[in-house]
Amino acid sequence: MTHLPLDQQLLDTCAALLLLLSFAMLSQRRIVTLVNLYALQGAVLAAATLLLAWRTGEDHLYLSAALTLALKVALLPWLLHRLIRRLDVYWDTEPLLNVTGTMLAGLVIVVFAFALAQPITRLASTATRSAVGIAVSVVLLAFLMMITRRKAMSQVIGFLSMENGVFFGAMSASYGMPMVVELGVALDVLVAVLVLGVFFFQIRERFESLDLHHLESLKEHD
Amino acid sequence: MALLLLLLLPVAGAAVLGVIGAHRRAPEVNALISVGTFLAACALTARVIHHGTVLLGDEQFFIDPFNVFLVALTAFVGMTTALFSRPYMRVELDHGRLSAGRLRLYHSMYQLFMFTMLLALTTNNMGLMWVAMEGATLSTVLLVTLYRTPGSLEAGWKYFILCGVGIAQALFGTILLYVAAGKVLGAQGMTALLWTHLDAVKSQLEPTVLALAFVFLLIGYGTKVGLVPLHSWLPDAHAEGPTPISAVLSGLLLNVALYAVVRSKVLVQGALHSQLPSQMLMGFGLLSVVLASLLLWRQRDIKRLFAYSSIEHMGIATFAFGMGGAIATFAALLHMTVHSLTKSSIFFTAGHAAQKAGSQAIEQIRGLITLSPTVGWGLMLGSLAILGVPPFGVFTSEFLILTTAMREQPWATPILLAALAVAFAAILSKVQPMVFGETTVRRLAHPPALLPVFAHLAIVLLLGVYIPPYLAEWYRAAAHLIGGP
Repeated sequence: MTHLPLDQQLLDTCAALLLLLSFAMLSQRRIVTLVNLYALQGAVLAAATLLLAWRTGEDHLYLSAALTLALKVALLPWLLHRLIRRLDVYWDTEPLLNVTGTMLAGLVIVVFAFALAQPITRLASTATRSAVGIAVSVVLLAFLMMITRRKAMSQVIGFLSMENGVFFGAMSASYGMPMVVELGVALDVLVAVLVLGVFFFQIRERFESLDLHHLESLKEHD
Repeated sequence: MALLLLLLLPVAGAAVLGVIGAHRRAPEVNALISVGTFLAACALTARVIHHGTVLLGDEQFFIDPFNVFLVALTAFVGMTTALFSRPYMRVELDHGRLSAGRLRLYHSMYQLFMFTMLLALTTNNMGLMWVAMEGATLSTVLLVTLYRTPGSLEAGWKYFILCGVGIAQALFGTILLYVAAGKVLGAQGMTALLWTHLDAVKSQLEPTVLALAFVFLLIGYGTKVGLVPLHSWLPDAHAEGPTPISAVLSGLLLNVALYAVVRSKVLVQGALHSQLPSQMLMGFGLLSVVLASLLLWRQRDIKRLFAYSSIEHMGIATFAFGMGGAIATFAALLHMTVHSLTKSSIFFTAGHAAQKAGSQAIEQIRGLITLSPTVGWGLMLGSLAILGVPPFGVFTSEFLILTTAMREQPWATPILLAALAVAFAAILSKVQPMVFGETTVRRLAHPPALLPVFAHLAIVLLLGVYIPPYLAEWYRAAAHLIGGP
């Protein structure tokens, strides 16, 4: 058996944890826990970035790790928790596909994601390139979560988790993006959550619920 | 300098209007800022005409023949829409559909939206372009939901989630591009996402990764273009938001998203040895044209009707870009221009018509021409123009696209012709009773601003009859840049 250096092993562990957290989110119906899982995913992401920064000596990765920590572990979960409290949405209803079905679909997706990541893994010259498959899996699993959930809140967390996956992909394939782009993306995500906050209040004011079945009247007229 | 002004004016405008946007004179301030932005765009255009492609701000910005005409177009339509929205929003305020506070939000976000559009067009950095495109969604979500009706909330939610997911795919595509470029340009360079640098080395980029990147980019930005089957947000957002926003979404956002797709296509086509990007664009384009023209028959809402027509026309332009070659690309650029001008003018008149009738339902709008001949004729002429009736510019571009298709992709020609015929019959049969016949409409407190409508239509007419030589030269240069020799 070949021995991997310790930091490599740690990075692989982080990647595995990310995938595990994605599955946990997929099966979780309690929205508060969902936010906590999202925060945990952010923390693992920040840890992975930090490890990578330490290992490659790229200065901008330290910044990027700090940004992740501030935004995805502290600020966004705090905003989401506040929203949950003020809107009083704690549970998602039964998902469109039951948990077993979702999990099985998730497994198929992971296999597909690794196949999709093959050419990227071959091209990338980073030490972490094997994790690209996991990044693609996280993106697709988040997508699955968005499709199968009914509450607006869960869909948003799915959306944010998808962004985590994309971010991890950037990191493992090319040690992150240029700083100006990363800042821009972070800004967009933050604004998106703020806009959504406003938006949820508008929905609630109008329907007195955040269940998305209210939002299905604009069908094509027959 | 002109570029700085072009980008700073809308930002400053957004900040100022964020404070005074509820003031009685705020619509005038909004229009004034838009006029300023347009003048800056003119100055920039003049500079590019004289000096050719310019790189600015440490190569982060660049203006070449392709984007400069879109910058000018965007600033122009932004200006005319601001002029149109002046009386329109006052009427909405009078009818109690809006409060003064929401008007402030509207004005501020309108300028912010203009900024994101112009940033997406002028930036050289594919990453910044992504940021600006996402910013464009975010600044318009709250505008779509401005009326807070159940329908508008649903439309806003759909818009946010679909475009959000789409744009996340585009981010992934951008990352793949960065990975492939890092291999050639040196991984840690700030330059690896700059379009000009990517363009210079595109033949050395790894083909498989670029093909994958293109799929993600096309799905991502294609959602914003409204390509079928990713279009379902578009009719809702157009129908439920305030009319000036429908006009800029249709006239500008779709164009800018298509611009992003084409920029990506140029890179990927250069790296690949196959026709994959062209075929994908043609496929999506054709599907959009066909499906949208069939769905036109089922529409009962005037703004939804023209939203589907936008999907159809974006499909035509996408198909033409897919065919490639000098003439088809020239035609596609012309089509983007005339569609943008015509469609925004149609939305202006449709908005006034809906206000006069008190409803957006096509059945409720009858006999516009008896009460206000200008609105009636505006709608009729706009519809004829968008349907490609000869003297108008849309005819020229569609004619060029069809004749090229006959030569290069003969199989597609009958499909395109049939779809255009279906669209013609559908729109005309719905517009005709709205304009003529027994009237149901009433007069409004503020006279409509119809100058923008006829200014747009006059330009479209002019482009149909005679394309000024420098403009033709401009299109040719851009076509050469995108389509190859």
